[in-house]
Amino acid sequence: MLDKNGIAKRIAKEVKDGYYVNLGIGIPTLVANFVQDDIDVEFQSENGVLGMGPFPFEGEEDADIINAGKQTITTMPGASFFDSATSFGMIRGKHVDLTILGAMEVAENGDIANWKIPGKMVKGMGGAMDLVASAENIIVAMMHTNKAGVSKLLKRCTLPLTGVGCVTKIVTNLAVLEVTENGFLLLERAPGVSVDEIKAATEGDLTIDSEVPEMAI
Amino acid sequence: MISKKVDNVQVALSGVKNGMTFMLGGFGLCGIPENAITELVRLGIENITCISNNAGVDDFGLGLLLQKHQIKKMISSYVGENDEFERQMLSGELEVELTPQGTLAEKCRAAQAGFPAFYTPAGYGTEVAEGKESREFNGKMYILEEAFKADFAFVKAWKGDAAGNLVFKGTARNFNPCMCGAAKITVAEVEELVPVGELDPNNIHVPGIFVQRIFQGSNYEKRIEQRTVRTRG
Repeated sequence: MLDKNGIAKRIAKEVKDGYYVNLGIGIPTLVANFVQDDIDVEFQSENGVLGMGPFPFEGEEDADIINAGKQTITTMPGASFFDSATSFGMIRGKHVDLTILGAMEVAENGDIANWKIPGKMVKGMGGAMDLVASAENIIVAMMHTNKAGVSKLLKRCTLPLTGVGCVTKIVTNLAVLEVTENGFLLLERAPGVSVDEIKAATEGDLTIDSEVPEMAI
Repeated sequence: MISKKVDNVQVALSGVKNGMTFMLGGFGLCGIPENAITELVRLGIENITCISNNAGVDDFGLGLLLQKHQIKKMISSYVGENDEFERQMLSGELEVELTPQGTLAEKCRAAQAGFPAFYTPAGYGTEVAEGKESREFNGKMYILEEAFKADFAFVKAWKGDAAGNLVFKGTARNFNPCMCGAAKITVAEVEELVPVGELDPNNIHVPGIFVQRIFQGSNYEKRIEQRTVRTRG
């Protein structure tokens, strides 16, 4: 079974040379720590920066340079700043190659819910609805089940949707899955996790080819 | 040169009234019009509708207006950092219209650029699309979103001149340029009001035509919401 860093490490393998990548808040943010050194990648943050770098050294924080999680950041050589309309032009216009975000629920048809739990606090969708409506390559990073042990990979989402039929791949603490016309296709198992355990933790339709390899991370 | 310069925040905000709709730039606490917010609190204007990506934190930014119950309605994309906001929303004191962030930016830009509405794929198939016209283009579904209408836009820039030209720093740019010229009156406050001619025309982020009033701001706190650092070595 993977921890949050393990999930991020596995997703980092999906980041290819020449990609512009948007990372959501939470596990997705950790992906930047594991991207290979020998490829060229630029991270976009929807509040208006392309070419995001690591956190600043203590004493070098700048209130005017933050990411979408409102954290102080630095920029890499070649970075640029822009306004919010331009930022979402990059996203809506499909100029960003890969979007990695968290979710509360994903359905076997690729629907995603991650912005609202009715009756509880509604924090808002931020940029998530814009991202999932336009991106063609969307990877969800999340735990396979919620804290109560209930599957987050469902036949249909029960929470208000963020987007419809948009998720392409899911990396959880248990598995890597692809969304296909026949539901979730199991691609890889996390180290030490059996196919049966994944089956038991998945409510939506799960397609299993004869041999499911263990993740190499 | 047509001068937009006004002496202070009091003059800059003349004409604001109860019940008006205001746009306020900023992302989180980054690039917010601190002086305009302080003045709105001092004036005690009530029943206002605020178009702003976020709602500040409890004791800073738009949170200051929420504390005084001056806001009737918030139009935002993300409001997760403010307990007083949550309390007022759950008790029904505060009306909230959550809008996808890119749609929020474009509703400002559309107002600035003279578009009454636009189609976007964001929110199609979700509750955001309820009651809105939808249409297919090239096999993909889009929803119709209308441009904002606002009385004042309050923006904050790094540098500006009396002509109203603005230059921003870092990610403090965010929604500010999109809101300039998107309301009946745009008020820009700047950290540094420089003599006309000093800003390079090649490097102006917002041309002065979109700004009606500009003033030298003061006492910027520029609070950091999430101070994240790495260790040396």
